[in-house]
Amino acid sequence: MRDRRQAVEIVFDHATKHYPGRPVPAVDDLSFSIPAGEVCVIVGPSGGGKTTAMKLVNRLVELTSGDITVGGRSITQLNQTELRRGMGYVIQQVGLFPHLTVADNVATVPRLLGWGKQEISARVDELLDFVDLPARDYRTRYASQLSGGERQRVGLARALAADPPVMLMDEPFGALDPITRTRLQKELLRIQGEIRKTIIFVTHDIDEAIMLGDRIAILREGGVLAQYDTPEEILAHPADDFAARFVGADRGLKRLSLTTLAEIELDPPNGVVSPSADGEMTLRDALSLMLSEGSRSLSVTDGGEQRGVLTLDRLSELLK
Amino acid sequence: MAQGDPVIPDFGEASSCVEENRLFCTDWVRDNWGDVLQPALTQHIKLTVIAVVVGFAISFAAALVAHRYRLFERPFGLLSALIYTIPSIALFQLLVPITGLGVLTVEIALVGYTLLILFRNILEGLRSSPPDVLEAARGMGLTRRQTLWRVELPLALPAIVAGLRVATVSTIALATIAALVIPEGLGRPIFIALRDYFKTEIIAGGALAILLALVVDALFVLAQRALTPWAYARRTA
Repeated sequence: MRDRRQAVEIVFDHATKHYPGRPVPAVDDLSFSIPAGEVCVIVGPSGGGKTTAMKLVNRLVELTSGDITVGGRSITQLNQTELRRGMGYVIQQVGLFPHLTVADNVATVPRLLGWGKQEISARVDELLDFVDLPARDYRTRYASQLSGGERQRVGLARALAADPPVMLMDEPFGALDPITRTRLQKELLRIQGEIRKTIIFVTHDIDEAIMLGDRIAILREGGVLAQYDTPEEILAHPADDFAARFVGADRGLKRLSLTTLAEIELDPPNGVVSPSADGEMTLRDALSLMLSEGSRSLSVTDGGEQRGVLTLDRLSELLK
Repeated sequence: MAQGDPVIPDFGEASSCVEENRLFCTDWVRDNWGDVLQPALTQHIKLTVIAVVVGFAISFAAALVAHRYRLFERPFGLLSALIYTIPSIALFQLLVPITGLGVLTVEIALVGYTLLILFRNILEGLRSSPPDVLEAARGMGLTRRQTLWRVELPLALPAIVAGLRVATVSTIALATIAALVIPEGLGRPIFIALRDYFKTEIIAGGALAILLALVVDALFVLAQRALTPWAYARRTA
């Protein structure tokens, strides 16, 4: 990938959206900043204003008061059309143009920006390969000839086409089956590892938020920010009852799922080899394995060799 | 024919088939193709093309306006429906005192009858873009005009072509009555033949009109396939 554009910081500065005639704002005095190159997941119940908050950024919804800056520049100072062409936009229903081929869909924004023909063609091939759709097979297909997962991959490629420093994603995987969803979530993490965009990702699924977010913004009804922090901090110290309820009573287990066996300190090897797991396993799965094997400890192996031992006591210490 | 002989046009003897006014005489059609039927067919095509092209231009403009400003839909819809309900013979009668016995009168009527179908279909087509597609277009920074020309219009093509098919075929049928006003079109041989009930000419005129309609309709189907390949794309995987 030849994405070279520097990611930018996005700052919500008392951003408020109040639709006329409604008793309460949709988004209420939102203030937080997303460091350049990080994934911020906005999460919350329906009616929490998540999508509205996201659409404020590319001005699909206009601010009532407050401001949002992208790379230090207020979005209200920028031309609406230019602003949008500089931000990738991915939605749940994908919205591929049914009358255009996959290649032409991906080429949409580069064409609007007046790129050269060959440059566009090369970029399309590069992006399709990047989202794991071999250009040779997929270039000339229409949306009607793609599966749901393939469509969203094309949607992602289309959003990345002009190498925007910012990506806005509105429940992009919400309509997919669980297996495809998990695969695309992992793919997004891989892609983000390479291109380091500043991403705002909206979902109502707290597990998805924990998996994808560098930071999570929890919105409650009325578009009020309940908490903004890293997944670890939110799971360890929910700001209030609402946040605690939203992340779920199993937040201890969720915290365990953020860490793998390779990342923690283990007790020294003791020669007992069963049950055993390798370093890739999450602590949550390790706990599950211990419980189902009726064992209070687990042998952690590395290439067949015992590397150390994990005990239940150690796990509960980690959660303190 | 030997060289030097005087060239006397051979109009041919009326065959027994024609004299007995049997149902259909192929020899009469052969003998009169160049003088009667072919010119009538050409005139008929011309009348139809003008009516559909002008009707389409008016309907297209009106539909674009109605697409942008919803308020406009009702007045134009009502007007075109009103015209549509006027019987064609009555409409000719109404127009002749104003526009005379000429092509203009015929075309005003023919154009008038295309408006309802074309306007409705074009507008429906423009409104048929899925909301998620329009949202994606907006989110990617397409302007309103770009969305219209690059998204809404291409997606409206199937409905537009469907409207053109109906409008054109019905115009071909209606254009036969143009012969009430001007001596043109496939209606002319039919009207002439009706005086002495000459069956072959009536059938030949009618058959040509039907054939023309079928051929034009088939051409539209082919054009639609060429214009909207995505609508015919099958799963290849």
